[in-house]
Amino acid sequence: MELGEEIAQRTAFGQALVELGAEKPNMLVLDADVGPSTQTHLFGRAYPDRFIEVGIAEQNMVGIAAGLSTLGFVPWISTFAVFMTKRAGDQIRNSIAHPKANVKINGAYGGLPTGRAGATHSAIEDLAVMRAMPNMIIMDPADPREAAVCARLAMEIEGPVYLRTVRCPVPVIFPEHHKVEIGKAVKLHEGKDVAIISSGMMTPRALKAAEILEGQGVSARLLHMPTIKPIDIEAICDAAESIGAIVTVENHSIIGGLGGAVCEVVAEYAPCRVKRLGFPDVFLESGDDEVLFSRYSLDIAGIVSVAKALAEGGKKNK
Amino acid sequence: MAHEHDVGFLESVAHQIRTLIIDTAHTAGAGHTGGSLSEVEILTALYFSFLNVDPECPDWNERDRFILSKGHASLGYYVTLALKGYFPTDNLKTFDREDSTLQAHPDMHKCKGVDYSTGSLGQGLSIGVGIALGGLKKNQQFKTVVLLGDGECQEGQVWEAAMFAGSKHIPKLIAIVDYNKVQLSNKVDENLSLEPFAIKWEAFGWNVLSADGHNIADLLSVLSRASALSARGPVVIIANTIKGKGVSFMEGKYEWHGKAPNDQEYTAAKKELGSK
Ligand SMILES: Cc1ncc(C[n+]2csc(CCOP(=O)(O)OP(=O)(O)O)c2C)c(N)n1
Ligand SMILES: [Mg+2]
Repeated sequence: MELGEEIAQRTAFGQALVELGAEKPNMLVLDADVGPSTQTHLFGRAYPDRFIEVGIAEQNMVGIAAGLSTLGFVPWISTFAVFMTKRAGDQIRNSIAHPKANVKINGAYGGLPTGRAGATHSAIEDLAVMRAMPNMIIMDPADPREAAVCARLAMEIEGPVYLRTVRCPVPVIFPEHHKVEIGKAVKLHEGKDVAIISSGMMTPRALKAAEILEGQGVSARLLHMPTIKPIDIEAICDAAESIGAIVTVENHSIIGGLGGAVCEVVAEYAPCRVKRLGFPDVFLESGDDEVLFSRYSLDIAGIVSVAKALAEGGKKNK
Repeated sequence: MAHEHDVGFLESVAHQIRTLIIDTAHTAGAGHTGGSLSEVEILTALYFSFLNVDPECPDWNERDRFILSKGHASLGYYVTLALKGYFPTDNLKTFDREDSTLQAHPDMHKCKGVDYSTGSLGQGLSIGVGIALGGLKKNQQFKTVVLLGDGECQEGQVWEAAMFAGSKHIPKLIAIVDYNKVQLSNKVDENLSLEPFAIKWEAFGWNVLSADGHNIADLLSVLSRASALSARGPVVIIANTIKGKGVSFMEGKYEWHGKAPNDQEYTAAKKELGSK
């Protein structure tokens, strides 16, 4: 994994499971007929005895994992985030989250990139659904490296973890010994005119945007949130108080995900202007990932122009 | 309309559908080729003979209803609807592109002729039960047909719907299972066997028929029996099919579940189809 190299995050995740499998003999992986898509088939090939194919039956998969966890196994359950968090949402809530089952959940195909599968397959609200569940830790890694780091971290936590992965290639931005701390933002760029808070695959493009803004005389602080829950309240409040203008950027609906979480913190502890970039309460559609992302200003140019407008508006207000 | 029950004519329609599936998938660089090729004769028999529908009036209140519960196989569905006259075949070139009426999964608000939006497996039969129940309550005479995948029948909701329809003897409801024995990641038997399949449906209160899902004459006669039987309660047709039917290197292969042919594969596929 070289810095700047574009690697599908799902593949990095699948390979991380194989590595972890070698170290943790009690780890199991369950999938619901989408192993070649989520890349858990890599684990299935490496450890056929520890891979359980449940068929197209997401609700049953969750229950089986809950049962296995009572015997000391640590099951990963894996399918598309859209079906995982809604079809099996009640099972996750009542068989995993409430009993604090030690089950790790891979929400694959997070957000828009689904290989053009469109509205029915794009998980635009998985973070919102999972965030409202007590006991749930939520990770939204930025790059292939961090996806692997998060998978490892999930195994160190006792209890439910939701790890979101995306289908498409994402550039590696983190160096080899990158560490993630639960509930701690990663500051990737320092600035004073505007704060950009991003998560998941939006972080590499937000980083590019911050560098471009620098060249245009706008200094942006970029905070990456590897965990959406718990969220780094301190870092958000500091940005709100010392900068006073925040743009959130996520591959998710503007309702209930990263933007929602930041707004909750800001409204309660440190009121300031927040602009949420994400899907504006719409279902997505089929088409090229980048063409569709650009419609919601979720490309580098879009982030630059939204952040710039907010920074300039902020200056005028002062 | 004199042609409608002419098996030879229907076979030529099926061949046209199969060819257009390959063309459309190749142009789009996307599509669920395997499950679209397995449903060709079923859709031909339905749309060009069995279903009482009118492409000029897609929302006609008395029309028979059809739900593609295996919504990922939209490719075969769209080609069939186009040839039936719901929209120009030229639209197929926009399949799976931005702003297209032909989304990867059928959208009832975008595509003419689509009775219900699908894409998340396991949900279509319940919707069909609701439509059939609604028709019954309103004293309407239309039939409701739902096409399911075999892998899809691993979803619990399919059996919740089956239990309801069987126990309530819902009439004019026909489910067809495209029993191609392959799902996304493997053969159905190797992932999670459905067998004994017919006995399961029977136990849930359904009349069970089976058909050769690539034989138009057989499909027509089984559909007509199903129609008669469905006056008293729900009927399921287990249609034995081959995933990827018609293109030798796609047949029976899960690798062709969600893949479109590249240029080389396209040429080879067209050559095979052309020589028929
Ligand atoms: C609820 C749900 N889970 C998973 C998927 C992903 N998926 C799409 S097609 C498919 C396999 C379907 O197999 P089958 O029903 O046998 O269809 P066919 O062979 O006719 O293509 C899967 C798992 C989905 N669309 N919906
Ligand atoms: Mg099948």
